[in-house]
Amino acid sequence: MAAMQGGFLANLGKVYGIYTGTFVGFTVFIGILEVFGVPNRILGYLFIFLTIGVYALIGYLARTSEVSEYYVAGRSVPAFYNGMATGADWMSAASFIGMAGSLYFGGYGGLAFVLGWTGGYVLVSILMAPYLRKFGQFTVPDFFSARYGGNVARGLAVIVLITASFVYVVAQIVGVGIITARFLDIGFEIACFVGLIGILVCSMLGGMKAVTWTQVAQYIILIIAYLIPVIVMSAKVTGVPIPQLMYGQALEKIEVLEKTLGVTQPYTAAFVDARGNYSPVAMWNYFALILCLMVGTASLPHILMRYFTTPSVKQARDSVAWSLFFIFLLYFTAPAYAAFAKLEVYQDVIGQPIAQLPAWVASWGKIGLVGACDAANASEIYKLCAGVKGNGDGILQLSEFRLHTDAVVLATPEIAGLPYVISGLVAAGGLAAALSTADGLLLAIANALSHDIYYKMIDPNADTKRRLVISRALLALVAVVAAYVAGTLGADILFLVSWAFSIAAAGLFAGLVLGIWWKRAGNAAGIAGMVVGFGLCMFFLLATEFYGPWVKASMSWMGDINIVKIRGRDVAYIWGINNISVGIFGIPAAFLAMIVAGYMSKPASREMQDFIDSIRTPSGSVRNVEAAH
Amino acid sequence: MAEKRLTGEQQAAYWHKTRNLMWVILAAWFIFSFVVHFFAPQLNKIHILGFPLGYYMAAQGSLIAFVLMCVWNARSQDAIDREFGVQDE
Repeated sequence: MAAMQGGFLANLGKVYGIYTGTFVGFTVFIGILEVFGVPNRILGYLFIFLTIGVYALIGYLARTSEVSEYYVAGRSVPAFYNGMATGADWMSAASFIGMAGSLYFGGYGGLAFVLGWTGGYVLVSILMAPYLRKFGQFTVPDFFSARYGGNVARGLAVIVLITASFVYVVAQIVGVGIITARFLDIGFEIACFVGLIGILVCSMLGGMKAVTWTQVAQYIILIIAYLIPVIVMSAKVTGVPIPQLMYGQALEKIEVLEKTLGVTQPYTAAFVDARGNYSPVAMWNYFALILCLMVGTASLPHILMRYFTTPSVKQARDSVAWSLFFIFLLYFTAPAYAAFAKLEVYQDVIGQPIAQLPAWVASWGKIGLVGACDAANASEIYKLCAGVKGNGDGILQLSEFRLHTDAVVLATPEIAGLPYVISGLVAAGGLAAALSTADGLLLAIANALSHDIYYKMIDPNADTKRRLVISRALLALVAVVAAYVAGTLGADILFLVSWAFSIAAAGLFAGLVLGIWWKRAGNAAGIAGMVVGFGLCMFFLLATEFYGPWVKASMSWMGDINIVKIRGRDVAYIWGINNISVGIFGIPAAFLAMIVAGYMSKPASREMQDFIDSIRTPSGSVRNVEAAH
Repeated sequence: MAEKRLTGEQQAAYWHKTRNLMWVILAAWFIFSFVVHFFAPQLNKIHILGFPLGYYMAAQGSLIAFVLMCVWNARSQDAIDREFGVQDE
């Protein structure tokens, strides 16, 4: 096995080159099947089961019985491939399918997600990754334990980690469920559990090692699947197949069409309200969301633990740059999807007679992603038309058109006139995105339970075999619980993703940054930071979401609080801030608490300061504080 | 492997350089994350290849800057490590 492993690592380029070629050949083969009249449903099955089969095969080949391979892939993942794996780990169903849709509706405001989900990597690069890699343990709570005096800090870090990651993984399984349900034509709850099998086959046997090499494979599929439809679309609309450059032309045409159609909130206008007037509240929300997403990026353990797997500190830094580059490829393309879809809608759908609408309106309307709601009985054909009153004049007005967020990416192949095989490819890409993120998150949760709670806090004498058995059992257990929650709560919980960022940011960021960059911070500071940041964040989150009227009545001393009806509840907006950016309260509070507690308590010990010096320097050994106690 | 340890003075000088690099990139990060976009309504009046500039900066410009910052940090920090002989590969 060791010899094979060396052979595999030495031939990564060849292995993944052949893999990519085979995948392209497979797609062409399915395209040929389509020409010969094989039904779409069968093509969808082939795509989904064959890709899951490949992930399972990689998962099986990468099985391991070594602790360091299970937790950190044997620290043998080169920077470039770790970058790809991080890209897949990072980009979820929300990025792949949902983001272009958010941009379609949000225009400039939606770009907060594009910025927030990329810029955080600069923080990872300069503040965290190289130092955590040098620290060289298995999990993020390991760092808190070593730096802030043992199991109290470890336990708190585990609580934050599990809260943030569990919220996040439930949303991912919902994503897997939606895609599987749509393309296999099965019920959502069953689809969640089918997806679960897809997730577990990747990670059960080989832990981090298996997840790493499947994530690389998943990245290749998802990026191919994301780029092809929009490249063809760009060639069709502008004659040049470089969508990222050419959608400027689409934006220009949208601007002209907005005037004829009477749109009051221009697509590209920054910080405007529904009537097109400058709105400071829109601006503050925009910046608050960017900050929470970026700081959250630098705090989410499933991302940070990817940088534990590189062979060296230098490669950890290089790897952050590769990660962001691979993520960038998708994120700078998403606005092009949105712009081309918007242009298509304004140009060929709005203002057209119902009888002459493009074919994609009817075909995606049938499955509830599009609604053309002119006729009085439109909701009988289009599910999305429920509650929309059309004027029945036979022409589709702007106010009569409905579009589901997911439709922007899913319908683009058809709008661009591509065969069904490309739609199948997009489904495979979306599934790869959702599975890879779910895998990374589940592994982070299961490792926190098995390594941090069981091994470090309950039974430090457990042997290797027992530790791995416990890890695998917990992984399966957490996965089943998450799938159950996802299947029960259903599809309207995707906003949970943004909460996960705020929770991680408020609970972990200050402790990580000051732990590395502020030597004086002692145990009390670290613990105070986590308790205050996480506590305040959770308090504001739960209070504003579920007890909005109470917040308005009892906390008006804080300033302006208004109630917004959203998600079927009365949600309180403090200073007009949407509670998806709730980290805006927790992050500064955590820093403040750490600084106050840091100066009030005695500074970190001499041994601790030595330990910090040793993780700040790439070479040499890490001076062990726990042994010095 | 023979362990090379920096003297207290060398360690301080090494960290001084590392910290300066961090602050410079952090400032660049702040500018491209927030400051530039603060002026988006004004920048949007300029159009390049059809893109309103404010929109472009949030959709692409800042993203390219972020990638370059990560490359910049990796290169510069590696140079600092080599200068002090503490690189780990």
